[in-house]
Amino acid sequence: MKIDDSLRDEILAAIPKLRAFAISLSGNVDRADDLVQETLLRALANIDSFQPGTNLQAWLFTILRNLFRSEYRKRKREVEDVDGRYSDNLVAHPEQDDKLEFKEMRMALAKLPQDQREALILVGASGFSYEEAANICGCAVGTIKSRVNRARNRLAAELSIERAEDIGPDPAMRAAIADKSR
Amino acid sequence: MNSKFRRDSMLPGGPGAAEKRSGKLDKETQVKIGQQLRAMYDEVVRQGVPDRFAELLRQLEQRDDDRETQS
Repeated sequence: MKIDDSLRDEILAAIPKLRAFAISLSGNVDRADDLVQETLLRALANIDSFQPGTNLQAWLFTILRNLFRSEYRKRKREVEDVDGRYSDNLVAHPEQDDKLEFKEMRMALAKLPQDQREALILVGASGFSYEEAANICGCAVGTIKSRVNRARNRLAAELSIERAEDIGPDPAMRAAIADKSR
Repeated sequence: MNSKFRRDSMLPGGPGAAEKRSGKLDKETQVKIGQQLRAMYDEVVRQGVPDRFAELLRQLEQRDDDRETQS
C-alpha cells in the first residue's frame, strides 16, 4: 500500500468531514471515530480501486456510509432492543460541551429514518450535489430529492415539538426500533 | 412553490404534522433548519484531525516504508 504524498494529504484533509458525517449519522462520537478509523483502513487497503482524478471525498464517504449501514444491520440482528438501549445510545452521548441547539438537532436527526437522515446530511450539511449524494447512496437522483424533502419536513416538526415539550426519550421511536430488530 | 410564509408549519402536533399540514415547508423554516444542521456539522469539521488519525496514517506509511526499503 504505497500512497503518494498528495493523495495522503487529500485523505488527511477529508478526515474532519468524515467525522462530521459519521457523528451526524450515528449520534455518537466514539462510534463515529471507530467508523472513521475503519473507513481509513478500508480505503488504504483498497486504494488501488480508487480512480485518480475522481472525487476522493465522495469515495471515502461511500465507504463510511456502507460500513455504517452494514454495522447497523448487524446490530439489529444481534440486539433485541426491548428496553430501548440502542436508541438511548444513539443520542445520549454527544460531546460534553454540546450546545443545546445541537443536542436538539442530533435528537431530531436520530429520529429520522436512516435513508432520510443520510440524504439530508449529504446534501444539507456535507455540501454534495444531489447527483453526488445519489452516487454515494446508490440510488436515483429523484429518490435523494424526495428523501431530503421528507427529512426537512420531519425535522421541522420534531424541532418545534422539542422546544414545546421537555426533551425526553420518545416511546414511539423505541417501539419502532424494537420492532425492526425482531 | 407557495412563497407565502406559513407559521403553522412550525406548530407542534406530532411527528409529520407539519408535513401533513403543508406539503412544502416555507422558505424561512427550510433556511433555519439548513443553518442549524450546517452549524452542528461545521463545529465537528473545525475540530480538525484528531491525533489518533494522523498517527494511524503515519504508522501505516511507516510500516510500508520499512517493508519496501529493507536495505
